[in-house]
Amino acid sequence: MSSREDILASIRANLPRVDRPLPAVPLFDDSPPASLLAAFKDSLHSMGGLFLDPPASGDMLAPVREKIAGAKVVCSTVPEIAGNRDIAGVSATQDLADVDFAIVRGAFAVAETGSVLLSDADLHVNAVAYLAQHLIVLLDPADIVVNLHHAYRRPEFRGRHYASFHAGPSATADIEGVLIHGAQGVRSLSVLPLARAADSPAH
Amino acid sequence: MPKLHIASIGIEKIIPRFEHLAVFVRLLSRSALGSPVTQYTSHFRGPRAGGEMHIVLVDNGRSERLGLEEFWTSLKCIRCGACMNTCPVYRRSGGLSYGATYSGPIGLIIDPTFNQRKYSNLPFASTLNGSCSNVCPVKINIHEQIYAWRRVLVERHETPLAKKAAMKATGELLSPAAYRAAIAAADVALAHLPRFVIYNGLNAWGRHREVPHPPKETFHSWYQANRGGKP
Repeated sequence: MSSREDILASIRANLPRVDRPLPAVPLFDDSPPASLLAAFKDSLHSMGGLFLDPPASGDMLAPVREKIAGAKVVCSTVPEIAGNRDIAGVSATQDLADVDFAIVRGAFAVAETGSVLLSDADLHVNAVAYLAQHLIVLLDPADIVVNLHHAYRRPEFRGRHYASFHAGPSATADIEGVLIHGAQGVRSLSVLPLARAADSPAH
Repeated sequence: MPKLHIASIGIEKIIPRFEHLAVFVRLLSRSALGSPVTQYTSHFRGPRAGGEMHIVLVDNGRSERLGLEEFWTSLKCIRCGACMNTCPVYRRSGGLSYGATYSGPIGLIIDPTFNQRKYSNLPFASTLNGSCSNVCPVKINIHEQIYAWRRVLVERHETPLAKKAAMKATGELLSPAAYRAAIAAADVALAHLPRFVIYNGLNAWGRHREVPHPPKETFHSWYQANRGGKP
């Protein structure tokens, strides 16, 4: 027998004799927040992320330009703003080691957790979301779901090979229960609410 | 970055449906850090372009554990660490002192399923206070399983001789009066015995550390003298 058959046979032989039908899991969305955007913003802050409020001037990208003004290497994977490191020319992940700012489009966000979903289609090279010093995520306010139950119904989880929820910057509390930001991945994560261009589909 | 990605996963990690994933992801960080989600939650459905991804499902005694009526629910563990964070023993001793992959209360009931002899001491490293069972998000009766493992290990003679002798002596001291007399005598003895009597192979507590100084009086005698007879 192959080890696969061994394991399956052993599971069948040892399966606990309990009569428990598969539960129907509700979506837990009975009392959604009045504003998904406001709820997302609160959750993002609690996870250590920054929300870039649109300026009164109406120049939506001004906060991003301000942030990257002094940066040496900017890698943008979005058409809305240009960088000086072309992601299409990156052949090995280590080519991204010196990136100061990465700017990417989030597929969607989750209000209850403050997470944005970054998928391989948005990142082009997955490592850009981890190797950059700072990450700026453009998020269409129409792309916010209320909770994780809704999130896992999104088509990204059926179409993409890699997708990752990012809630704020890198953080760990493994040592002595002290929360440290930016130890392993990006030191800051900022989210700019900006609708997708009409010709770029959500998924 | 290598083109090859191999994920080695215990078979108990498999969940029935994709839609059930939200239940477990929501439970995880709430029970670990108290935050709504972990900073990064990655999902892999396939390899990177030009790469390879392989998933190895590991049994290593898990399917056998599934057949142990008293212990199979330990397979529900989602590795949040809530039982460790609340455990008075873990909080004092830290993970390395368990000498096994899984530490803390959940380690006490998982580790013996991998090697009963090697980890025979672990189920005894507990006060059976039940705090772990109270905080477990998947409702594993951890402290009851710790107690059950003690019985199994003693029945199978997996406990060392010194522990057996100590347990037997403890059993004979189960009258409160006899226990208090023994403690008082031990405190006096510890203060006056030469080192070689205390630090030898029979006393595991003195093997890697200094035994704490014995108290001048027991809490019980202090209480009797200062609060005795009063509510």
